[in-house]
Amino acid sequence: MLTAILLGFLFAIFLVFAGKFFRGKLAVLSALIPGGLFAYFASFIPQISSGEIISKTYQWVPAFGVDLSFKLDGLSLLFSLMITGIGFLVFAYTASYLRGHKYLDRFYGYLSLFMAAMLGLVLSDNLISLFVFWELTSISSFFLIGFNNTNPASRKSALTALGITGFGGFFLLAGALLLGSITGTYSISEMLSMKEAIAGSEYYILAVIFIFVAAFTKSAQFPFHFWLPGAMKAPTPVSTYLHSATMVKAGIYLLMRFTPVLGDSEFWNTTLIIVGGITMVYSAIHALFRTDLKGVLAYSTISALGILVFLIGLGTKSAFLAAAVFIIVHALYKATLFLVTGIIDHQTGTRDVTKLSGLRKIMMPVAIAGILAAISSAGIPPSVGFLGKELTYEASTHAETFTIIIVIAIVLTKILLLWAGFVAGIKPFVGKLPEAHKDVKAPDFLMWAPAIILAVLGIVFGIFPMLIESALVKPVVSSLGADASEYHLALWHGFNTVLLLSAITIAVGVLLYFFLKPSAKLETRIGKFEFISPKSIMEKGTHYFSVFSAFWTNVFQNGYLRNYVTTIVLFLVVLVGYVMFGNPRVMIDHTQLSKVTAYELAVVIILIAGVFYTVFTKSRLAAVAAMGVVGLAICLIFVFYSAPDLAMTQFSIDTLTVILFVLVLYRLPKYLTLSDYKMRIRDGILSLALGTVICLLALQVLAEPTNTEVGDFYAKNAYILAHGKNVVNVILVDFRGTDTLMEIAVLSISAIGVFGLLKLRLKSTDRSQ
Amino acid sequence: MKTLILRTASDYLLPLLLVFSVFILLRGHYLPGGGFVGGLIAAIAFVLHAFANGLDNTKGLLRFHPGFLMPVGLGLAFLSGLAPVIGLDDPFMTGLWFPEPFPVIGNVGSALFFDIGVYLVVIGVTLTIIFTISESA
Repeated sequence: MLTAILLGFLFAIFLVFAGKFFRGKLAVLSALIPGGLFAYFASFIPQISSGEIISKTYQWVPAFGVDLSFKLDGLSLLFSLMITGIGFLVFAYTASYLRGHKYLDRFYGYLSLFMAAMLGLVLSDNLISLFVFWELTSISSFFLIGFNNTNPASRKSALTALGITGFGGFFLLAGALLLGSITGTYSISEMLSMKEAIAGSEYYILAVIFIFVAAFTKSAQFPFHFWLPGAMKAPTPVSTYLHSATMVKAGIYLLMRFTPVLGDSEFWNTTLIIVGGITMVYSAIHALFRTDLKGVLAYSTISALGILVFLIGLGTKSAFLAAAVFIIVHALYKATLFLVTGIIDHQTGTRDVTKLSGLRKIMMPVAIAGILAAISSAGIPPSVGFLGKELTYEASTHAETFTIIIVIAIVLTKILLLWAGFVAGIKPFVGKLPEAHKDVKAPDFLMWAPAIILAVLGIVFGIFPMLIESALVKPVVSSLGADASEYHLALWHGFNTVLLLSAITIAVGVLLYFFLKPSAKLETRIGKFEFISPKSIMEKGTHYFSVFSAFWTNVFQNGYLRNYVTTIVLFLVVLVGYVMFGNPRVMIDHTQLSKVTAYELAVVIILIAGVFYTVFTKSRLAAVAAMGVVGLAICLIFVFYSAPDLAMTQFSIDTLTVILFVLVLYRLPKYLTLSDYKMRIRDGILSLALGTVICLLALQVLAEPTNTEVGDFYAKNAYILAHGKNVVNVILVDFRGTDTLMEIAVLSISAIGVFGLLKLRLKSTDRSQ
Repeated sequence: MKTLILRTASDYLLPLLLVFSVFILLRGHYLPGGGFVGGLIAAIAFVLHAFANGLDNTKGLLRFHPGFLMPVGLGLAFLSGLAPVIGLDDPFMTGLWFPEPFPVIGNVGSALFFDIGVYLVVIGVTLTIIFTISESA
């Protein structure tokens, strides 16, 4: 299973080197990767539908309980099949959509990176690795939205999307750590058995809020929804794949995955119903005011995500069933509509729905796909959309509280979504073909075939619901912790309230479609309310935030080393001094002190003399030399107190420091008195205060009983575990070797920094000339 | 500071100090010493040579920019940590040891290679910084 996830990463790396072979005709071959993975995951269907759960664990950082553990259950399987199945079609579609693009290989690299990250996300059973994959999807989405990187609007949208989803990512990490500390494990399967402990914990609400913010940002719930319409700047295959079918459902996945762990509490259910409800109605209304096809689809996608959140919030068995079916329904029809929109855009060069009509005369297969998808989106029988809508209504009418409001909200949303689906799937193809589009060319097979496959599946699953029933839907419901064995999906449920609501939806929706046409006038009208939208509020917020941080930076990062040192010392003195004088415990146990020898006295006198000389000398070179004397005196003290390692290192460092200083001094002007009398007094007082505080601190540390457990462990095990007798060195290269590795990396970076600052300076002046 | 005495002495001191730095590096596992301080001593040896003979002569002696030692050292240290992952499926940075000690060097294990990596990085970093600053002075 690890190979299956890594395949996408490996392919992306492979493209870095072999990209130029994939820019041309071979590009379509890359679809074999998601295609193969689809077949691989499909082969698990029989096992999963019989109730099995397949898991596989690879150790990663066992010391922290972080493993690469993967679990394939009903929920993961459904998402994996969507990711690879739609991925297969999108990969193929892209070969034609971006044919001859200069960076086609790069695009495939990002796409397969995304696919692998998304697979990792839905298969991870460990919260930390889930978080890592979650962030990887945000990052690959950033690259894909900003793919047309010469367009400033694309870059801005990419940044907004990254900002919002990255913000949510932090909350996911916080939630993961919190849940980890409550339960003592990062394994989601193990958390399942600790539901009571989590619900009883005082941090339960906080953990739920963290998970919610993560899910709401990723799945574009109100008020974080606005990045999704912006993300439509991405090439259409990306919108199809990431921003309708898979990535935006990661939040839904997270909520579903945590339903059995955190769900079934009043806070969980009510919040989800309210947020999902607001999102679905709000953005369905917004869709009415768009003329850009992708804008209509973006808002209807947000609305559909709202419905899913809402259904998870209802929390009943029938709601879970409805959610599982609706995920399939939505993936099929929305991906189709996006693909269709992409084809229209690619062939005619416009996505403005007011200028499109009669295109069926040119692209019949595309028109069929669009119309079938619109039917499924509207929930007209015999499409699978009808099943989804019936189940949604069924779940809503059985809501425990506020049933009337809930039913009205969901029916209103469905009516508006029907309108959106018709506008996107039917409107461009009916009516008269305008003069401007007379010589539009027909799209090729690779473009229309994926759209039609998805659209036809939407009808086939509707007529034969048993195809998805036990294979996909029921395992999902059982992963959510409910048993759905007595339910049966069917088109006909007899005459009842639900059927009546369906009929009302379809009738009102179709009427609305005939009376309300999208127009530019409507779009300007909604534009007037833009200033109170979450988007502009956030933009203003970020603006003021950057003004504030510029102010802050100018105050503290003023470029004068002396000011930095003053600030740091002042803070240290005030903070440490406050703690120590609040609770003075300085005691000097005279009996424990060792005798002062003549050597030590001599060294200390030299040291003090060196310090005084450094402070009062008029010559810079002399000051440096005196500092060297101070350093060497400290080395000698280390030697007396049996720390030869420290002494050796300090000795070499001091030598090099003096050399460095001398080298730098060459470049400085002659010794000048830059500070006046008052400043010197101030600095003197500050230095003395720091010295006093540090001295008291050292004395206090001596007075505390020391915990020698760690030191004892190292001393005892240095030879046994690491075959070394020098404990200091064993700690550096073995016990805490990873720290050392990071430290030498930092050292190298600073050396590169010095090299860059001094060597590349000339070049930048060349550039400015 | 191109005095004859220092110049003559530095020709002998450089190899001597380098050998000493390697000695300090190898001895680190049992007695005070190690890659970090060894690297500093080696760097001091080169700096001394540069003081006596001029920077260009030292650079000619080195033949390559000391900065190249940084990636080499980092790579060596990283690989010494990665070896148990690849070879034996153990966690990162598990210590591996040859069963028998080598003559002169003593026990040889992945920690030694890690320390050699540290040694190289320290030489590279120190010399890069000092050479860069003294060139632009």
